[in-house]
Amino acid sequence: MALSNVLEIPTSGFNFENVARNVALEGLLEGGQTKTPKPMKTGTTIAGLVCKEGVVLGADTRATSGEVVADKMCAKIHYISPNIYCCGAGTAADTEKTTDLLSSNLTIFSMNSGRNPRVVMAVNILQDMLFRYRGQIGASLILGGVDCNGNHLYTVGPYGSIDNVPYLAMGSGDLAALGILEDRFKPNMEMEEAKELVRDAIHSGIMSDLGSGNNIDICVITKQGVDYIRPYQESEYKDKRQKRYKYGPGTTSILTEKIVPLELEVVQETVQRMDTA
Amino acid sequence: MKIVSGHFYGDNGKMKEYHYTGPVEHRFSPYSFNGGTVLAVAGEDFAIVASDTRLSEGYSIHSRDSPKCYKLTNTTVIGCSGFHGDCLTLTKIIDARLKMYKHSNNKSMTSGAIAAMLSTILYGRRFFPYYVYNIIGGLDEEGKGAVYSFDPVGSYQRDTYKAGGSASAMLQPLLDNQIGFKNMEGVQHLPLNQEKAVQLVKDVFISAAERDVYTGDALRICIVTKEGIKEETVPLRKD
Repeated sequence: MALSNVLEIPTSGFNFENVARNVALEGLLEGGQTKTPKPMKTGTTIAGLVCKEGVVLGADTRATSGEVVADKMCAKIHYISPNIYCCGAGTAADTEKTTDLLSSNLTIFSMNSGRNPRVVMAVNILQDMLFRYRGQIGASLILGGVDCNGNHLYTVGPYGSIDNVPYLAMGSGDLAALGILEDRFKPNMEMEEAKELVRDAIHSGIMSDLGSGNNIDICVITKQGVDYIRPYQESEYKDKRQKRYKYGPGTTSILTEKIVPLELEVVQETVQRMDTA
Repeated sequence: MKIVSGHFYGDNGKMKEYHYTGPVEHRFSPYSFNGGTVLAVAGEDFAIVASDTRLSEGYSIHSRDSPKCYKLTNTTVIGCSGFHGDCLTLTKIIDARLKMYKHSNNKSMTSGAIAAMLSTILYGRRFFPYYVYNIIGGLDEEGKGAVYSFDPVGSYQRDTYKAGGSASAMLQPLLDNQIGFKNMEGVQHLPLNQEKAVQLVKDVFISAAERDVYTGDALRICIVTKEGIKEETVPLRKD
């Protein structure tokens, strides 16, 4: 049956061979100087809301690895299908791979059925997968999309819980963003007002939460199409340094030099003229 | 079908949990980390002590205007970062001891003397330490710049430049390169003058604020010269 590809349960899941070793290592390294490598988390602020003409999703662009900023311009709004986009918070690798997998499955479905997928279908597939992995996949997702049944906004938690709401925020900056959304959200808002509200919610997360920062991305999904604005607003803080730090050639000391000449023999020569008109 | 193997079970026979499932006993920790970075540079006839002004806890910000440099005497400034509660108490204790010294010896303590005293104060709490990373910057008896850096239990040494606090691992290699001319060849070893030192400190903190989440908001620079202590505030990233 055509749908078997979409609902296929993989035979092998995660490989748990290293679990015992990692627990033992953590005990050994706890007293020492080195720490176990931390997976990169997005330490994020993501938000979404449903307005009159469609759905607006917003996200910041900072990815942290512990207390260090690993990526200042990471993309947190992922493509699922032409009418569905997904914001991801939590472990960066988990959100990337989960949304990629979902997108692949829905593309196969679209090709089989000749239709755009509905948002509920995406949500159910995600929930199915995340619940099956019992929370080991640390992905908190906000799914937004427009289909034949209207404009939808769903959240899927790492343990597989879902919630269908008109506005929400996730990530480490969710409380800051939710404060702004709770204050100014109205049902059936105009598009421009909705974009400004999402921008303000993400901005509040960026200023109040240390795990969020840098620029703001916005994705607007309507029946007519998608407007992925990256960045919607650039960070007002530019790293303008007073002095230029440049190193001239020869600054790095050369300790030894070994030159190995390559013996090349011309076997064939072809000349292709480039049209520089 | 996969059968769950023995290593999933802990010592008490129950399955090991990798996520929260019920009440967990939390031990009260007397310490907390409030972030912040401090930096001190010693020049020929000046010393600079700089710190950011962000006070944080976890992922939240307590204050955007909490500088970590404290003026001790006309020729000495101390920068303290780490646990804010211990920073406040430690500076109060140092102030009290400075007053006592002034009253009994009829003169202010010199930078070297303050450093030695701080070392004994910190070691006095060897078994319940002050969670503070200290750096003292000031002028010595000859009027030359001096920097003394400490660990939480009192080990100290005199340096030319030192970074401490959350972004210290990012700043120290940059200072080693730009002030100590380390890992470079064929570069002129120009002596550091006050203007260049201040410019370097500003640039270095801008870089730290880009990549360290606990550093930002504003930079407070205290410049110690024989004329006195001058303070300058420069804005940094607030996000």
